[in-house]
Amino acid sequence: MAEAVLSAHGLCKSFGAVQATHDVSIDVRPGEIHAVIGPNGAGKSTLIAQLCGSMASDAGRVELLGRDVTHDTVRRRAQAGLARTFQISALAMEDTVLQNAMLGALGAAGRPWRFLRPALGDQDLRDRAEAALERVGLQDVRAARVAALSHGQRRQLEVALALTLSPKAFIMDEPMAGLGGEGSKLLTDLLSALRADAPILLVEHDMDAVFTLADRISVLVYGQIIETGTVDQIRRSPAVRDAYLGEGA
Amino acid sequence: MIPERWLNLGILAALVAVPIWALVVDEPFIITLVTRAVIFALAAVGLNIALGLGGLVSLGHAVFFGIGGYAMGILAYHAQTFTPLAEWPFPIDGTKSMPVIWLVAVTTSTLAALLIGLLSLRTSGVYFIMITLAFGQMFYYFSISWAQYGGEDGLSIYVRNGFPGLNTLDPIQFFAICFALLCAVLGFNALLARSPFGLALNAARQVPHRVETMGLSPFRLKLVAFVISGAVTGLAGALFADLNRFVSPTMFSWQMSGEIIIFVILGGVARLIGPVIGAAAFVLLEHWLGGLSDYWHIYLGAILLGVVLFARGGIVGLVARAHG
Ligand SMILES: Nc1ncnc2c1ncn2[C@@H]1O[C@H](COP(=O)(O)OP(=O)(O)OP(=O)(O)O)[C@@H](O)[C@H]1O
Ligand SMILES: [Mg+2]
Repeated sequence: MAEAVLSAHGLCKSFGAVQATHDVSIDVRPGEIHAVIGPNGAGKSTLIAQLCGSMASDAGRVELLGRDVTHDTVRRRAQAGLARTFQISALAMEDTVLQNAMLGALGAAGRPWRFLRPALGDQDLRDRAEAALERVGLQDVRAARVAALSHGQRRQLEVALALTLSPKAFIMDEPMAGLGGEGSKLLTDLLSALRADAPILLVEHDMDAVFTLADRISVLVYGQIIETGTVDQIRRSPAVRDAYLGEGA
Repeated sequence: MIPERWLNLGILAALVAVPIWALVVDEPFIITLVTRAVIFALAAVGLNIALGLGGLVSLGHAVFFGIGGYAMGILAYHAQTFTPLAEWPFPIDGTKSMPVIWLVAVTTSTLAALLIGLLSLRTSGVYFIMITLAFGQMFYYFSISWAQYGGEDGLSIYVRNGFPGLNTLDPIQFFAICFALLCAVLGFNALLARSPFGLALNAARQVPHRVETMGLSPFRLKLVAFVISGAVTGLAGALFADLNRFVSPTMFSWQMSGEIIIFVILGGVARLIGPVIGAAAFVLLEHWLGGLSDYWHIYLGAILLGVVLFARGGIVGLVARAHG
């Protein structure tokens, strides 16, 4: 079994009496898409926040490439190669698509302290930004303001921003949220190709996408992982059917 | 609607033309009035770097304006009284040299902005406004109680400070100095806005959590913006003191902070020439309306209300389209 790129061990987080995550252990291995599914309020977003460092854990440990990053800030984890996308697009709406992508390149290069030369004149950063836009198919709208993009294009840009970091692992919070069939298909193809760049921890409600994409699936219910397995294993699991799939389908 | 670049050039041209015209028709008072507008503009351009690019609503920028003012006042006071500024660790004398005064004004306001920024940028929104306001009040009351430098009465400087090769007592020459500094800072501001730093700062204002996940620190970006901003406003303070040959605690007052914000909002937040237009409009209104009524602030208030309600981009937003 290959060494995990990103792993969590015994993560816990409570909000008062609510145990949002309870003793969650999960890992993401090279080349795979590991999907996390679960009903509303199961603790998926909380788990992501703990993995990315935007929320401190009550207990547990997070490792990135074998290094303990439990107490590292969001920024340090990003620098160490953890890229995330947001459930609600977090983009600079007033800026152009290219400027947004440049931001990611800037973060990756870690050199925002240049005050006099134009950012768009920095060929290194620009190449990096444009390559990411091309990967997600946004090269033709790079001069457009984000505010003018469609919802689907914004979702693509979310992924492009993560890409500019050339990350070691992706964490994606519902990248398909709000997408129609067409957009979903486009993003599914994109994510499928992306796993070759870096493995993906994917939280997603779109079951078609999950079953198409996932190499492994973990099912989170009431803050606990009740099952981890391949698509077939999860489909067949009585526990999962009882706790989760039965309700919706 | 005209392209923004034309507007920028037009405003700067007008700022040069009016004093030259005043020189020709021998109206030195008008030159002084325009100089006042230019200095206020410089202070507001400083604030616009924090407010426009960084989204930092500082209600304490009078701190830097006042520090610049007192840097000039204190140095010139010791020079004109031939008393040393300090005896220890080595004797330091006052000075009447503008460049030295500017350097001290910029350095001290930079340090103050660093300190205030470190403490206040942990907060945001209304708390940030209140903390910067509180710092302003601290400096205000401190200056009132600082009896050595005139306390509440302030300090008068008898002769305007000197600049190598120029006669600063000549209004047009002093105007030229102030205008050149304004142009230099505007140029710097324009470069800053397009630079990698400006790009990151701009994003940190809009989506700080995104910037963080890109491995950048919104806090540090905003801190640097705040420090640059404070330094520019501090420089303006030194010029303002030299214009009036007088400094007093009023330069530290919250009304002063408020006026600097008004310049920016009136002219157009985040627009390069916005603070310049705002400051010029303010000085014009102050002069004309102030001549008509002691209560001219009522009219100013009404105009500001109109701008905020109907022209969110300020005066620049009304007449120029962005990125022309
Ligand atoms: N900041 C918070 N304060 C208090 N309770 C919270 C907080 N964040 C989440 N919770 C609670 O923790 C539980 C898990 O929430 P979380 O957002 O992680 O679920 P989720 O699986 O992402 O749900 P969804 O599918 O609706 O996005 C819920 O009961 C939620 O109400
Ligand atoms: Mg969620």
